[in-house]
Amino acid sequence: MCGIVGLFAKTDDVQARLGAHLASMLLELNDRGPDSAGVAFYREPAPAGGSKLTLHHPDVGYDWAALAAAAAARFGGEPQVHRRENHAVVVVAAPADAAEAWVGEAHPEVRVMSAGSVIEIYKEVGLPRVFAERFGVAELDGSHALGHTRMATESRVTTDGSHPFSTGLDLCLVHNGSLSNHNRVRKGLQREGIVFRTENDSEVAAGYLMWRMREGATLDQALEGCLDDLDGFYTFAVGTADGFAVLRDPIACKPAVLAETDEWVAMASEYRAIATLPGAEGARIWEPEPATVYSWERVAA
Amino acid sequence: MSATAGTAERVDLASTSLRELNQRLHDQAGAGEPIRHWQILNPSGAHALACGLDAPIEVEIMGHAGYYCAGMNKLAAVTVHGNAGVGLAENIMSGVVRVTGNASQAAAATGRGGLVIVEGDASARCGISLKGADIVVRGSVGHMSAFMAQTGRMVVLGDAGDALGDSLYEARLYVRGSVRSLGADCTEKELRDEHRDELAELLAAAGVDGIEPGEFRRYGSARNLYTFHVDNAGSY
Repeated sequence: MCGIVGLFAKTDDVQARLGAHLASMLLELNDRGPDSAGVAFYREPAPAGGSKLTLHHPDVGYDWAALAAAAAARFGGEPQVHRRENHAVVVVAAPADAAEAWVGEAHPEVRVMSAGSVIEIYKEVGLPRVFAERFGVAELDGSHALGHTRMATESRVTTDGSHPFSTGLDLCLVHNGSLSNHNRVRKGLQREGIVFRTENDSEVAAGYLMWRMREGATLDQALEGCLDDLDGFYTFAVGTADGFAVLRDPIACKPAVLAETDEWVAMASEYRAIATLPGAEGARIWEPEPATVYSWERVAA
Repeated sequence: MSATAGTAERVDLASTSLRELNQRLHDQAGAGEPIRHWQILNPSGAHALACGLDAPIEVEIMGHAGYYCAGMNKLAAVTVHGNAGVGLAENIMSGVVRVTGNASQAAAATGRGGLVIVEGDASARCGISLKGADIVVRGSVGHMSAFMAQTGRMVVLGDAGDALGDSLYEARLYVRGSVRSLGADCTEKELRDEHRDELAELLAAAGVDGIEPGEFRRYGSARNLYTFHVDNAGSY
């Protein structure tokens, strides 16, 4: 099964309460994905020239302050770290790719969950209800966010196998469905230098998008490429620095409902998640067409 | 069968389990004098609400329903005051299932009898493999609606998406708005008097006023697919 939720704020009020809204949406889809859960929030941009990484270490007692101090020693600036359960967001005075490379070399014991200027990814095994509580999802603000509840079919239930998957700087993917040609596609992508951490099919879709965009495709072009190159069932939601995009396979096998008001745009596997939002009863509601990319972007103020 | 709200048996799913509710509704089938009118409070998108009913009772669901609501319905009149998820009234046998909002994919799939009314839009594959039920959608239907529909009727007041009526058998389709594309072997057919008559009946049964049968176009099977050639009969 699996469940997907997404919320894009059009007003300051929805931005301020984004986490509370997303958490209530996620809880509605608890039963669709009791194995693991995760969220991507777009919030609190890093200072110009700097970046932020979301890092994970299984030990909640991990010394993040030491890591942040080492990052500041390497790149300059003040150490900045915000721990959230067994994840931490570290703000670094360097571009995201340089910061990510440094973590890989200096601290191979931690996983980079996301890198960029605005994205934060948190994900963990266990019931979505427990995850939301444990990670304080309701406290988070942000311009937009995606969430996922996983019912595992293609690979093991692990933190790394949970969604969202990072697909590049400030990008992430959540997936409902299953891909049937993921082993073949993974081999091809590995030859192109894309690194995979799991046997998960959705991670292959994430890697595919990463590769296409690395080769110069726009997000829309990369998503359209999925229609030709990925075989199987999928509803994808992709988070970007400015918004999010939705794509369903050509049969539209997996569910998706979109809704829009003057205050927000929401996407969910089932309408019940959208029904928790203020003003849902007056929203324009529709189910996205198959093989069609839908996207929303924040217009620069 | 219409009872006033004052006499309705109210079941609150915030405090009663779905299994208990469905069991109580199933028990009405064997009851000498069933409880005629039910109201389900706080459905909150639960799946498999009011499935497998087999008694002449009226069930009102006061909110949104999840997957497979009123599946396999017999005799009962089920109304969802909200939106319904995938597989509304799947394999309905008789009775009436009405949704005041939208229905998700595969509404009335494989339905054998009875009437399914969607007052908003129905999405993809509405009436897939229809086997005798009637469907009236006040809004639009999504792609591949009435795919392989065998018999029964589907009336759409709005538009139809891609591949309407693909590989259709003998079901009759009526669409008032545009059809984005017809599926394999589906073709437009003449709207004759008998079709206007049955449209008028279906619209009346669905409580639709002010729409003339002449506003619809009729679609059906061109009967050109492999399965329609007698020379292939020995292959089955």
